[in-house]
Amino acid sequence: MEVVGITVLWTFLYGYLIVASIDFGAGFFSYYSYRTRKEHVIQNIIKRYLSPVWEVTNVFLIFFIVGIVGFFPDTAYYYGTALLIPGSVAIILLAIRGSYYAFNTYGIKSREIYAFLYGATGLLIPASLSTVLTISEGGFIEIQNGKILFQYNKLFFSLYSWSVVLLAIVSVLYISAMFLTFYAAKANDLPAMEIVRRWALIWSAPTIICSLIVFYSINLHNPEHYQHITELSWMFACSFLFFLLAVYFVWKKKNYGLSFIFVMVQFAFAFYGYGASHLPYLLYPYLSMYEHFTNQSMAVALIIAFLTGLLLLIPSLFLLMKLFLFNIRYVQGQMHPKGE
Amino acid sequence: MLANDPVIYSRALMSLTFVFHIIFATIGVGIPVLIALAEWMGICRNDSHYTLMARRWTRGYVITVAVGVVSGTALGLQINLLWPNFMRIAGQAIGLPMFMEIFAFFFEAIFLGIYMYTWDRFKPKIHFLFIIPVVIGASCSALFITLVNSFMNAPQGFEIVDGIIGNVQPLKAMFTPASPTKVSHVLVSAYLTSAFIIAGSAAYALLKGKRHIYYKKVLNMTLFAALVFAIATFLIGDLSGKYLAKYQPEKLAAGEWHFETMSHAPLIVGGILTEKHEVKYGWKIPFALSVLAHGNPNREVKGLNDFPADEIPPLWIHYTFDAMVGIGGYLTSIPLLFILAFWFRKGNPYNKLLLAAIVIGGPLAMFAIEYGWVYAEVGRQPWILRGYMKTQQGATTSEHVGLFFVVFLALYVILGISCLRVLMRMFKNNTPEDELKLLNKESALK
Repeated sequence: MEVVGITVLWTFLYGYLIVASIDFGAGFFSYYSYRTRKEHVIQNIIKRYLSPVWEVTNVFLIFFIVGIVGFFPDTAYYYGTALLIPGSVAIILLAIRGSYYAFNTYGIKSREIYAFLYGATGLLIPASLSTVLTISEGGFIEIQNGKILFQYNKLFFSLYSWSVVLLAIVSVLYISAMFLTFYAAKANDLPAMEIVRRWALIWSAPTIICSLIVFYSINLHNPEHYQHITELSWMFACSFLFFLLAVYFVWKKKNYGLSFIFVMVQFAFAFYGYGASHLPYLLYPYLSMYEHFTNQSMAVALIIAFLTGLLLLIPSLFLLMKLFLFNIRYVQGQMHPKGE
Repeated sequence: MLANDPVIYSRALMSLTFVFHIIFATIGVGIPVLIALAEWMGICRNDSHYTLMARRWTRGYVITVAVGVVSGTALGLQINLLWPNFMRIAGQAIGLPMFMEIFAFFFEAIFLGIYMYTWDRFKPKIHFLFIIPVVIGASCSALFITLVNSFMNAPQGFEIVDGIIGNVQPLKAMFTPASPTKVSHVLVSAYLTSAFIIAGSAAYALLKGKRHIYYKKVLNMTLFAALVFAIATFLIGDLSGKYLAKYQPEKLAAGEWHFETMSHAPLIVGGILTEKHEVKYGWKIPFALSVLAHGNPNREVKGLNDFPADEIPPLWIHYTFDAMVGIGGYLTSIPLLFILAFWFRKGNPYNKLLLAAIVIGGPLAMFAIEYGWVYAEVGRQPWILRGYMKTQQGATTSEHVGLFFVVFLALYVILGISCLRVLMRMFKNNTPEDELKLLNKESALK
């Protein structure tokens, strides 16, 4: 039961990782293209993809938050107190980003300041959200007289926390560029594709370098966790293999669709490997998934609700993708939605 | 400044986010219903004016949805950040409706994207089908999240032994005695408010001297809907009073300044309360409180003096109750007047005074929503979980809440103003007259 719960949640977090990375990276690239006066080349591709799906992206995150409190109510108690500052910062950034995206897209004509807000927040949000992963390693929370004290200084001066932030930002750019390459290739938009393909290749090496730094600093910060990671090293090896395949195809300018799938597989291996090695702790060493699981009846109810929900969601998501992502005429911009 | 008390600041910050979010949440629940109605009328009557309404409202709606999504995300995170101790208990008991709310929202998000971008890809009747999940998703997320709030007002379906929660029955916790009245009141009042806001904008255009039949059609349709919703809101509000008398008598008594337990209890309208708990300038309606509480003037209504002093909510909620009900009356009579004038052809339904009254009705309706929520929420103080957990036991112990109150206040002010400006510019720059001309040109070309 616990395993089902955590797997569901982890899967949604993985889903958020992929869709949000595309979104956040797109925001950054969009601003970058403004600065380099290339916005007319790639703006269309980004807009056409993001418009119908930006709202859905947000849901993945809220789903994870509500879900984790549902399945593991004590997480609210520990993380809630610890995360007040990084959590509030993330809220503010998400708020600015979400609303100005909509104002810009549906409302008034593009403004450079909006593009800047949109691009900058796209990089800061992953950074602020990734602090949750850092905190989960333990060592930043102390309990005195039953009161939870969070040590901000420690977090701020930790090598581990900065390496995670770096990895988050770099992989956002990498995932996003890989996706946009695929999308531009599908739209047959060669000039745009050339640009985003170069970005994808540029950001591929730093992704791997940053991952290595994270491994190294986990070892320093929490040797017990590092031990678990080495036991699952085959997963990380697979991740690296798929990384090589993905970059190889993009390098050779073929199979863009397949190579984006490889990117997803690459991150799936790394993400689930990281998650599995973290267990049984949700917050080292205070929260373990076995001792802090919700009561039996609520767990059953949640899983039933989840399965019923999926019955609705999967066909709807499929329809959304069929109409926009996999509809060649829409992707190539031959449909001008008048409702917009 | 106040002492750095996390409880006070947590309450202040939570209220702030809530008051802001509720504006967009109300619009988010109500507007899809009206969009669906307009598109359906357009199909039935084969009248492009109604279809245009649906399109225009959808465009504005997306902007408000964006702000609603971000403020809702803020609320979802803040409830965990500010009330960690409360969520520990609540997570065990009401994780289910919270979880389901996300599904409803997901469903709405997916289909809103599809609906917006497929106007020309499907036949009108098929396209109409895509707004249905948006309506259902929006109303269901209101339904589920209100169930969570109902639980806080009338907790049940669990036991607390030595501070540990056990024996949880998720469905019993989800459907409490508070839920039927609360949910239905929230839904219809959101429909009512949205209808009035749109009616107000059309009335404003007519007041400004626009003559197009489009505005009159908008006005007729939304005011008719508003009348139906207003009557429903009133009937359900009455049922809510009866619920309070039975399950939360202290909220009703505090709201009505009812101190002595008695039968034939009078209802106090307006007035001010002195420090000695005397009501001045109030208007007493004999028996009305007994009727409101039990539907029978002879029945006894429990007074505040029968409650422990530390379990009584603040008495100023009386003003919010009166304001809510007063506005409710206004929102019922204006559409009634309009429709009577329209049907019986007596007087001009589009006369300036009535139009101005309709314009004011939109913002007033939103105020009524806020007042109603303040009454409902402050009325259950000092409890966060009525009968189980006091508010200060649920709050965070973190000491940075005060700072974030200021930051979020600034954020909401900026977001609110930008949103309003974007919406105004959007509708001003692209008038229905222009759009209709364009449509006619296109159909002529075909």
